[in-house]
Amino acid sequence: MSPRTLMTGNEALAEAAIIAGVDAYFGYPITPQNEIPAYMSKRMPEEGRIFVQSESELAAINMVFGAAATGKRAMTSSSSPGVSLMQEGLSYLAGAELPNVVVNIMRGGPGLGNIAPTQSDYFQATRGGGHGDYYTIVLAPSTAQEMVDYTQLAFDLADEYRMTAMIIADGVLGQMMEPVVLEKRPKRKLPAKDWALTGMKNQKQKVIKSLYLPEGTLEEHNCKLQKKYKKIKDKEVLYEQDMVDDADVVVVSYGIVARSVRSAVRKAREEGINAGWLRPITLWPFPSKQISKAAEKTKTILTIEMSCGQMVEDVKLAVNGKVPVEFFGRCGGGVPSVDEILEKIKHYAKK
Amino acid sequence: MQRNNMQAVFERTPILKDCPTHYCPGCGHGIAHRLLAETIHEFDIVDRTIGIAPIGCSVLAYDYIDNDMLEVAHGRAPAAATGMKRTNPDKIIYSYQGDGDLAAIGTGEIVHAAHRGEQITVIFINNAVFGMTGGQMAPTTMLGQVTATSPSGRDALNQGYPLQISEMLATIPGVGYIERCALSDVAHIKKTKKAIKHAFKRQIDNEPGLSLVEILSPCPTYWRMSPVMAMEWINQEMVKVFPLGCLKG
Ligand SMILES: Cc1ncc(C[n+]2csc(CCOP(=O)(O)OP(=O)(O)O)c2C)c(N)n1
Repeated sequence: MSPRTLMTGNEALAEAAIIAGVDAYFGYPITPQNEIPAYMSKRMPEEGRIFVQSESELAAINMVFGAAATGKRAMTSSSSPGVSLMQEGLSYLAGAELPNVVVNIMRGGPGLGNIAPTQSDYFQATRGGGHGDYYTIVLAPSTAQEMVDYTQLAFDLADEYRMTAMIIADGVLGQMMEPVVLEKRPKRKLPAKDWALTGMKNQKQKVIKSLYLPEGTLEEHNCKLQKKYKKIKDKEVLYEQDMVDDADVVVVSYGIVARSVRSAVRKAREEGINAGWLRPITLWPFPSKQISKAAEKTKTILTIEMSCGQMVEDVKLAVNGKVPVEFFGRCGGGVPSVDEILEKIKHYAKK
Repeated sequence: MQRNNMQAVFERTPILKDCPTHYCPGCGHGIAHRLLAETIHEFDIVDRTIGIAPIGCSVLAYDYIDNDMLEVAHGRAPAAATGMKRTNPDKIIYSYQGDGDLAAIGTGEIVHAAHRGEQITVIFINNAVFGMTGGQMAPTTMLGQVTATSPSGRDALNQGYPLQISEMLATIPGVGYIERCALSDVAHIKKTKKAIKHAFKRQIDNEPGLSLVEILSPCPTYWRMSPVMAMEWINQEMVKVFPLGCLKG
């Protein structure tokens, strides 16, 4: 086993991208993810790869677009306001079916908000975010080690499905130092990038575009995209759960919050309360089936987020009225404490 | 029939597809496409050339020019070209952009691609209007020019003066070559071809900096003129605000 290294989540993510073979990083500084471009500006040239500080997030995502179109592994990272600016590019990337990895180390909003950790970009990330009928794969790590593992997975998923794989985390995860093992994950078997633009060496013209003018062609293209999304929903859902089988309250949370939830559930069990937890790792595709299953046995589902209530809408859709879905959220940069969560669990267990 | 005695003196360049274009009669895009295609053919670089089509009347450039092409969001071509060229330094990367694309919505992208000295070739079509969306005012629209959104003629007080973006770009150290040309008659078309060739040659020879050719190009439809009048208008009026010649390099 490789040695453990103490690193911030942001740096761990950046090094993981290098391990995953990222060819180019493009980005524009914004807190709380500045460790990523700083790290990349040093490491990418050392590896003989490309680092460009762009003039804006709009440019960064289009640099990713250009590099991805030639078959290279390209990524960008930002935080909420910057990711808002990238939405045009994300929509075009979806339309053109180009693989890429985008990292959002979320901060408070709306507007300039603050630089404290939040999870308030859930809607934006899981609903495509830009215009048109599309999705992006969304992975939500909860430790620095998972930043390493899921960043590598993100590149594989992006290549396999020719689309954006997004990693969303918050400023605590990004900036907290934790021990990580920087190991290469086994790479998936990936399809050849025979669509990439390389110049017409012994082959016919290739065009990468998102415009479908002749009648019926856009619908055909969108149906194809939807088929791909369906396949991902069937195959790529990731989640974790524990103690849900006999639970009166199942707590659903993701990212950093899931760590506090785990402790709170353990404490509740020590106090004789039948609590359990479920944690979506992929936010899109969402583990709806698993949550629906949990709802068949439990009395209450409690969703906890660092937002005013975004993922809870997907939880409600999954539960579909089987049991009450309650919500607790902090929405200005506060991280729910173990005690706060425990209190909520006790409150709903009593009901 | 004297067919057997006939000799081809002017042929379709192989890099242009054998199909009609959707351009209006008298539009300059078709001429510019031809010059570009001839250049790619003459340098024999189609096996390593990637073009970027803009959003504008020429969004379907890839239906006419037979080389690998990427279609990008409105104005973002220089950023996409940056991503391509940085990761593929051996490839020849060009963007083809209108004046709305390059001088309005994409001003930031072209300025900073120039600023970073990206080794790309930019073909910049200045037709003084937004063609695709119905002939609205562009930053390059002439004073007094009537467009869909300047119905009583462009007025400097309200709408500013025509933007000389090539002159602006020429002040940036990262720019290697800028020339303004026109498609207004045979002599000018020949000069334009020469400039396009130079802008590609610089990239082929790995010379530093961005290369850009601005091309004054007729849009008879939205200038509300006959094709012949449009050509004359370039020579008589446009060149006063957009003087032809090499601005840098
Ligand atoms: C973000 C965005 N805004 C607006 C448009 C609409 N639009 C398409 S082309 C265009 C202007 C094109 O003008 P120009 O670049 O001068 O090219 P031309 O059509 O004249 O060749 C506009 C405004 C768009 N496609 N995307």
